[in-house]
Amino acid sequence: MKVSIRVNGQSTDNDVEPRLLLVQYLRDVVGLTGTNIGCDTSSCGACTVHLNGEAVKSCTVLAVQADGADITTIEGLAKDGQLHPMQAAFQDNHGLQCGFCTPGMVMAAVSLVNEGRVTDERSVREGLEGNLCRCTGYHNIVQSVLAGAKSGASK
Amino acid sequence: MIPASFDYVRADNADHAIKLLAEHGDDAKLLAGGHSLLPLMKLRLATPSVLVDVGRLSDLSYIRDAGDHVAVGALTRHHDLEHSDLLGSDVPLLRHAAGQVGDPQVRHRGTIGGSIAHGDPASDLPAVLLALRATMVAQGPNGTREIGVDDFFTGFLETALAPDELLTEIRVPKATGAGWSFQKFNRRAQDWAIVGVACVKNGSTGIGLVNMGPTPLRATAAENAASGGASASDAANVADQDTDPPADLNASEEFRRHLVKVLVRRALEEAGS
Repeated sequence: MKVSIRVNGQSTDNDVEPRLLLVQYLRDVVGLTGTNIGCDTSSCGACTVHLNGEAVKSCTVLAVQADGADITTIEGLAKDGQLHPMQAAFQDNHGLQCGFCTPGMVMAAVSLVNEGRVTDERSVREGLEGNLCRCTGYHNIVQSVLAGAKSGASK
Repeated sequence: MIPASFDYVRADNADHAIKLLAEHGDDAKLLAGGHSLLPLMKLRLATPSVLVDVGRLSDLSYIRDAGDHVAVGALTRHHDLEHSDLLGSDVPLLRHAAGQVGDPQVRHRGTIGGSIAHGDPASDLPAVLLALRATMVAQGPNGTREIGVDDFFTGFLETALAPDELLTEIRVPKATGAGWSFQKFNRRAQDWAIVGVACVKNGSTGIGLVNMGPTPLRATAAENAASGGASASDAANVADQDTDPPADLNASEEFRRHLVKVLVRRALEEAGS
């Protein structure tokens, strides 16, 4: 089936099998491998991207469901060679260890900020309930999100 | 993990969806947000040969004041329920419980209709609708019909919906000012409930149970006891009557029977027994 999906502002048009998952579309068809496949069961959040501005788990969305949608991946956050404020906050606060969960953490965090849901540490911990860090580096991740929210990390 | 091959058709409206279901019969499944169905398909526990996508029927996404009840369109997402001011004032139990489903990403995609039509006894919202005594509206080739929540869940992952019917609306009686509680016991934030309890006290008492049998269940004995003036702990003591809890890696049957009594007592106390 033909799909037309805007990825990080660029149109992509491809003929895909209906069973192709959005995460596979992004990684294998478009070639953007920043979005990771972790658990592949909608638990870990490593595959989090924005679909029309909202965080979703791209391992549990079919590419055909995203036909006509705007997708933003981790590659689409930095602008003009400048890290997005949330990315910068993760760097400044050592918000990553092995880095595998980081793209999903950052995308989930930006979505939380956009929805005005980052108010305090608890709100971040609850808001990131769908993202797992197997290094258990949550302390610095939460600090990063709080710092990123402060530095105006929306959009 | 990749689902087995299937054909994909997109419904333009409810009538079209029903026509497509009639055309493809038992081999077809409706796809809404996909957050119950796609995980099953990836594990090949479900292998429909045709998916009828109703995810774009935005006219079935609404939360409306309908006098004595709130009318919720089947395609309304958990995210929209958890942020609804109307539900906040008239059915706060539903608003709160919707915010406990999965995680924010899941709630951006999953819908109330999809969750209900899936009929999973481990899901939160079926128990909530049992407690609130909701009514489902289904549309089929011969028009619409209402199905009371007590007649809706017929077996494990089975509902009263016919293969050619589409769940279109959930009618939730208003519980403005009523006491309520939602108790979800799990090990990690986003997990399914090991046992869950939805409770509303609105004159009489409504109690729905999560994960206490092959279907979402009503705790009839505990409801009757609480409505008849029994204390929270006395009513909770009969909360496992007529249940058939599963045993799995999280809990034995015995543990669930114990847990449901604890959670029903807490729920009744919080709801103001």
